[in-house]
Amino acid sequence: MDENRRDFLKKAGVGSLVGLGVVSAIGVVAQNEGNASTPSESNASGKRLGMVIDTTKCKEGCTKCQEICHSIHNVPDFKLSNDSPDLKHEIKWIWKEKFHNTFPSKSDQFTSGNLKQKNFLVLCNHCKDAPCVRVCPTQATFKRPDGIVLMDFHRCIGCRFCMAACPYGSRSFNWMDPREENNEKLVGGIDIDGSFPTRERGVVEKCNLCAERLAKNLKPACVEICPEGALTFGDLNDPNSEIRSILKSNNTIQRKSELGTGPSVFYIV
Amino acid sequence: MIEKALTGSRKYWTWIFILLVIITAGVYAYAQQLTQGLVVTGMSRDVSWGVYIAQLTFMVGVAASAVMLVLPYYLHDYKKFGKIVILGEFLAVSAVICCMMFVIVDMGKPMRVFNMFFYPTFNSVLFWDATVLTVYMALNIFCGWVVLQAEAKQVAPPKWIKPFIYLSIPWAVSIHTVTAFLYAGLPGRHFWLTAILAPRFLASAFAAGPALLILLCLLLRKVAKFDAGDEAIQKLGTIVTYAALVNFFFIGLELFTSFYSNIPGHMHTFQYLFSGIHGHNALVPWFWTSMLLGAFAVLLLIFPNNRKKMGVLAVACGSIFISLWIDKGICLIIGGFVPTPLEHIMEYSVGGYEILVTLGIYAIGALVLTLLYKTAISIKQEAAK
Repeated sequence: MDENRRDFLKKAGVGSLVGLGVVSAIGVVAQNEGNASTPSESNASGKRLGMVIDTTKCKEGCTKCQEICHSIHNVPDFKLSNDSPDLKHEIKWIWKEKFHNTFPSKSDQFTSGNLKQKNFLVLCNHCKDAPCVRVCPTQATFKRPDGIVLMDFHRCIGCRFCMAACPYGSRSFNWMDPREENNEKLVGGIDIDGSFPTRERGVVEKCNLCAERLAKNLKPACVEICPEGALTFGDLNDPNSEIRSILKSNNTIQRKSELGTGPSVFYIV
Repeated sequence: MIEKALTGSRKYWTWIFILLVIITAGVYAYAQQLTQGLVVTGMSRDVSWGVYIAQLTFMVGVAASAVMLVLPYYLHDYKKFGKIVILGEFLAVSAVICCMMFVIVDMGKPMRVFNMFFYPTFNSVLFWDATVLTVYMALNIFCGWVVLQAEAKQVAPPKWIKPFIYLSIPWAVSIHTVTAFLYAGLPGRHFWLTAILAPRFLASAFAAGPALLILLCLLLRKVAKFDAGDEAIQKLGTIVTYAALVNFFFIGLELFTSFYSNIPGHMHTFQYLFSGIHGHNALVPWFWTSMLLGAFAVLLLIFPNNRKKMGVLAVACGSIFISLWIDKGICLIIGGFVPTPLEHIMEYSVGGYEILVTLGIYAIGALVLTLLYKTAISIKQEAAK
């Protein structure tokens, strides 16, 4: 009888401890309830460079940012024999897409005509948890401590796993030689900018958020050249930065945020 | 032992010569690809993997299917497979060799392939895939060779080989699981983002691989006077039947989840494969061929009396093999890229050099298989005398 009582008390004690644990666990869950479906922005330590694109300012038909980016980064412009762009093999770092292509998971059934017609700038999102970095078998794609997702063109083996992994189609592969002197398809050609390396055929490339300019304390070229001031660049982890104040005072969206990649490019639409 | 592969009839050497011709054409095409770039293939910015990676996926399945002989023979002591276990193991070896070549020809910078091991990256599934495939090939060539050597000397295989054989069983499952993880872990590729991809891969592998083995056994009966035994072939036929049924059951599950949930992203690729999207329908004939051939084969196979007739069994095995080759070697991988993450439709059409390189690799695989089978069968026939 005594044995049983002692057992009972023991079990009851353990039981109530477990109960307490569960209650406190529920408490923790309850506190975080609001974050269940979207990636949280907590654990902000160090830098996380990103961008806000104010699409209400971005002018239709303007391609200045694309031109400057592709020119300083020696991005080739392949043409087919009939002089139309070679869409299958094109290389692009920043370009424009329609609303439903930029934000395929957002409804566009009754979007305003304005939104439907408009073209939106797209580029590498320099994701917080970038799938391309996760899948790269050689760390040729890697994340810098300041949040930029970079490519090492000398280490890339050209397996294109990153291209399958990127949910934003932000990566391009050098299907052929991107240098004019080695490739007759590069009619019209490009002026090689000696301050940035050209690539070899067989490697992947993408927007590098102008890492080479940031090293010289310059802003990304697209941000600097935009005549409308539609692009704002800065540290998303710095609560006092300009980019954070813009994010605070505007409603912004990210591309496919439901995938948990944590894109660092935000859109005011 | 390998010297057995260096003597053979006129027919044997003619076959070797044909393979060498195809290999030469493949090497020439690969040289073109190396100098001009992957632009010579049908791949593009949007469909960035094509038949090479699709063949890799399919051949990993063929390689894994050796376990369907090894497991019954070594774990369940199913003696009838004794004569043909080696055929399964050597098929796995040549299939893995094909896989490795398909990875390498798909690379933009094949000369940097060792970067995968200079900078081992544990979070990359490709690193693990390369690792498990290499080990699996080593296990199969090692186990097969040691057992064959014992047979040549007419002694029992050494006991220490058993742990390696047992290890090769879960390892076979691992290679196809890891290969499925190449695709199943990618956000934004809805068609592949499914937990059932690995089991589906395994089911189709365990149907296609043994189907190929049955055809090879029937062929060896004719050309090499090597009899695998009716009972062994029948048992393989049963394995093919169940695996094919499970495979189509899994495809049905995919269709239910996609179309009952009605989530557009989950339906897109299926719509593209079944009927095309906005007039883009390059894969539709392939997909229907695969489905109809598969249904035809299953209908033949589920009646045991059909399976007992070797001719009917051969037709069913051929049909299921082609059906699953189309499913995995074309539709599943290439279809997964359509539509693009930005929901454009960009279609893929295979390049001429790409076909030649692919044929060349298969010819190398067939050559390795021929040499290994010739060795194994010569030894078995001598031992039987």
